[in-house]
Amino acid sequence: MLKHESIETNTGLLIVLVLVAIGIGGLVEIVPLFYIDGTVEEVKTADGKDAIRPYTPLELRGRDIYIREGCYVCHSQMIRPFRDEALRYGHYSLAAESQYDHPFQWGSMRRGPDLARVGKKYSNGWHVKHLTRPRSVVPTSVMPNYPWLIKNDLSYGDVKERMLALKKVGVPYSLTQVEFDANVKKFGKEVAEKLDISKADENLMAQAKSMNTDGDANRITEMEALVAYLQVLGTMVDFKQHDEHDFIKFR
Amino acid sequence: MAEKDPITGAETTGHVWDDTLQEFNNPLPRWWLWAFYGTIIFALIYWTIYPSWPIGKSYLKGIGNTITYKTDAGEEVTTHWNTRALLQYEMQNGEAAVAQKAELKKIDAASYEEIAKDADMQAFVQSFGKGIFGDYCAACHRTGGVGVIGSYPNLTDDAWLWGGEATDIENTIKNGHIGNMPAHKGVLSETEITELGNYVLSLSKEPSDAALARKGKALFEGKGSCFACHTKKATGMKALGSANLTDQIWTIADVKGQKSAEAELTAVKSVISNGVKRQMPAWKSRLDETQIKVLVAYIRSLSSK
Repeated sequence: MLKHESIETNTGLLIVLVLVAIGIGGLVEIVPLFYIDGTVEEVKTADGKDAIRPYTPLELRGRDIYIREGCYVCHSQMIRPFRDEALRYGHYSLAAESQYDHPFQWGSMRRGPDLARVGKKYSNGWHVKHLTRPRSVVPTSVMPNYPWLIKNDLSYGDVKERMLALKKVGVPYSLTQVEFDANVKKFGKEVAEKLDISKADENLMAQAKSMNTDGDANRITEMEALVAYLQVLGTMVDFKQHDEHDFIKFR
Repeated sequence: MAEKDPITGAETTGHVWDDTLQEFNNPLPRWWLWAFYGTIIFALIYWTIYPSWPIGKSYLKGIGNTITYKTDAGEEVTTHWNTRALLQYEMQNGEAAVAQKAELKKIDAASYEEIAKDADMQAFVQSFGKGIFGDYCAACHRTGGVGVIGSYPNLTDDAWLWGGEATDIENTIKNGHIGNMPAHKGVLSETEITELGNYVLSLSKEPSDAALARKGKALFEGKGSCFACHTKKATGMKALGSANLTDQIWTIADVKGQKSAEAELTAVKSVISNGVKRQMPAWKSRLDETQIKVLVAYIRSLSSK
């Protein structure tokens, strides 16, 4: 039997026991989410495919830049189910929408607006201006300038390794024909092509070319990657296709 | 083994440091103790009423605490308390939500003329419209709609590239626009662009060289094909979003912001040389019909329309 005195006078033991006590609190809250049905909603498109897909290689690199620049420090990506947030930002975020995010970018602070549904809200050109010098479009903005995004060439030599790493934690990027076929079944052929690790470089270049936000078709900049990422945020679910009840019933 | 402090008579813990230093063993204050027991009782009640402990693949859903809402199909559903159902309920029954919906319904049924005349609807447009404008439009057109010269049109100045009637603005918001003026760098020589620049400045009564402007007019109506979009009178065409060049309103070249006549000419020449590429996004997938109607009424109220 442990005596009160022996715990209080033994720092090592005290630390271990404190960690155990806090650990129980955390585990009780987190672990059940892994086996309770409906934690992550099932969201299908009209033709029965998964509406939420992993990021394309270019979007993935954009997401890395989002994290590198610390965008999450001031921007959340989590619209809560409150009326004021619904009116300002749109439909509340679904758990399914961040199921392929490692780590998720929910954030905890809104110095700037929530970005969970910023995709397609502004033009690519606006994003380039705004990221380079926010006050050129929003005079009252307190966001810092990120002028190097348009100057830096995107380094994407390791994009395949990045996709492999995510694959290890369960993101369905495909390596083998079997995995590719499974993705075709799950997401449709068009999306499955984009998730093929062996085609990552071509896919990345093709998407960057189609955006061409920097005005130079021969360059792929960090700006293009980040804008590609921002433009896809919150756009994968077409909420007009769903009854609200579809999402409430998961809770 | 209660030991007593000899001076105060209070109970001590029995620990002694440095020969004489002792610790009183006072009981916890009553109020504190009862508050502590109170929190335990509160937790038990809270667990029972609200969703709490996980059990297998499900969890305790709370007893006697349900929310009834309507699905989009109109069917009534009763479910255990959860924030998603609560939001749906508040969107359907909340005081502010219902009042807002009633106003939106009124707007939906009214014509733009009726909205403009009705003080109550105008007040709603000014508050609700301002909110949507702030969320969706102000990022480019700025708060109040003054725009940015060279990038985003001013919505307050009565000059409308794509038309200022309610139906025009509605169409612009719903479907967006791509504004495109071709670059003339390779097509016209530097001298010709200078001549055209002088002509364009003369149209808005800015300082210009009359002889060069005359040559520019010939280019405007001839080799430069400017008239094809801007018309021979240079008043522009709504269908193409081509600017009226005679109204002294400058949307791309910042002529009014220049300090000298030479700088004005340079600004105009740069537009002729490099052309213009602008895009207004389409909003019909993000905003519903009534929201767009409120927005149109709000935008019209920004100018003298």
